[in-house]
Amino acid sequence: MRNIGVIAKRELYAYFGSPLAYIVMALFLGVQGFLFQLFLVYASQGMYGIEMGDILGSGWFYFFLILYTSIITMRLLAEEQRSGTLEIVLTAPVRDWELVVGKYLASLGLFVLTTIISLVQVAILAWVGEPGPGITFSAYFGYLLVGAALLAIGTFASTLTSNQPAAAIVSIGIGVVMWLIQFASPMLRDTFWGEVVQRVALFSHYEDFARGLVSTPHIVYYISLVAAGLFLATQALQARRWR
Amino acid sequence: MIEVENLTRFYGPVRAVNNVNFQVNKGEIVGFLGPNGAGKSTTMRIITGYLPASAGTARIAGYDVFYDSLEVRRRIGYMPETVPLYPEMTVQAYLNFMADLRQLENRTEAVGEAMEATGITPRARMTISQLSKGYRQRVGLAQAILHKPEVLILDEPTIGLDPRQVTEVRSLVQEIGREQTIILSSHILSEVSQTCNRMLIINNGEIVASGTPDELTARVQDENRVLVNIAGAEHPEVRELLTRIDGVLSVDFVDGGTYHVSCAQGRDSRSEMARAIVDRGWELLELRTMSMSLEEIFLSLTEGRTLTELTEGAPGESSLEEYAEEGEDA
Repeated sequence: MRNIGVIAKRELYAYFGSPLAYIVMALFLGVQGFLFQLFLVYASQGMYGIEMGDILGSGWFYFFLILYTSIITMRLLAEEQRSGTLEIVLTAPVRDWELVVGKYLASLGLFVLTTIISLVQVAILAWVGEPGPGITFSAYFGYLLVGAALLAIGTFASTLTSNQPAAAIVSIGIGVVMWLIQFASPMLRDTFWGEVVQRVALFSHYEDFARGLVSTPHIVYYISLVAAGLFLATQALQARRWR
Repeated sequence: MIEVENLTRFYGPVRAVNNVNFQVNKGEIVGFLGPNGAGKSTTMRIITGYLPASAGTARIAGYDVFYDSLEVRRRIGYMPETVPLYPEMTVQAYLNFMADLRQLENRTEAVGEAMEATGITPRARMTISQLSKGYRQRVGLAQAILHKPEVLILDEPTIGLDPRQVTEVRSLVQEIGREQTIILSSHILSEVSQTCNRMLIINNGEIVASGTPDELTARVQDENRVLVNIAGAEHPEVRELLTRIDGVLSVDFVDGGTYHVSCAQGRDSRSEMARAIVDRGWELLELRTMSMSLEEIFLSLTEGRTLTELTEGAPGESSLEEYAEEGEDA
């Protein structure tokens, strides 16, 4: 268990030891800020009716969230495989899952930090409008859960290849598909598959959070995604033994 | 300390390691020697538990590398061939990280000692990406000896180093080898023969020979060769004279007045040769036995194997072709 902390610490060191993390974070925050400002300017209901849930729950925010989580997770294990450092780490007494979880937690740390910085938007909204504290809280709580799930998917994608861009593309692909299947559900209305698609879709579980509802099934959904992503990542890492 | 039994590893259809058996005793320094692609790295990776064997077992200190992987990993230090390190970290930070992974209680002390032993203390605050190849190699070595492992596995520890650094690494290995068991690999023969107590010659995934450098020399050399240098003599006459001496098998003219004479095993005909040459009134400039160099031994062992492999492989291939032709006919 102690190894998880050691791995996570080194990974954060790697994030902040290279300019890439700062650049990607700044770009993401810049784009988010720009989109946020568009919402304020073009809000149909006027600034007084806008909640953070409306903004975080918009398609543009979804898309850039998928992009951002994929980019910050792409190097986690892909780079270790490419450079061969995995060989040293995994011949030290470290279990495969400890490595995966440690890496994942580092990316989660970076994501949480990014989100904390982005809270400036809440301050601005509170200045120009009247966001409800409850909705703001649940919107951000859900947002962190979505992010956590996407990061786990990205961690898994990163174990599949030693090529970082390829890992990012796989991760973006999974994220986008899990997002867009939601729009297939009207076609399958009132059928069994329509129900399944609605349950599986990534952001359909976010809508309640955006409206201010924190409910257990949605939390369970995202936590399950995290568990599944990390489990698959560990399995993929162990699969090297059978290749 | 290390027991390897019937180890085999396939990469797809390619057999990289084929039924390898060997043992290494505590405190021994054993060198894997073989051409590139012979299966040295693969064998080492299996011993470290990084790769599983397709068949066979390997044990370190009694622990199976597959089933008790963590116990094995606690006892080994490993430096992979390419010395993969994190370029963005400083030497100090990297070694601290490895010490934490190995859960060392006295981290500062262990890191300090390892840096001292490998001579990287002055570079402690430098980023690894700024280090030269030689220093990176030392960081890799420092990482491997950090926890004073019972078994040290070094894959090509001196590759890419300049001659002075090679000497340094070699003496460092010998220093460490006084207390620890070491396996190192190399494709440079002189290196292994100077550093190791015992050599395992690997070719095409098999151990073709093992033993001390002297044992290997004795094993391969089945005849005594003598070099003779004579001035003022005609070639045919020399050949005729020397072949008449008891025990001489053949005489080869090299150049100038130099001849290589092969004598039967266990027979020293040098004094007879010298007397015969001097009696004929020729000037004997040089006469000495030629011991087979380790390079020659290595080549004869590895090439011999390659030839038999080729002859074994040939019928299989041709029968495949025949099969294909038959298929076309049908």
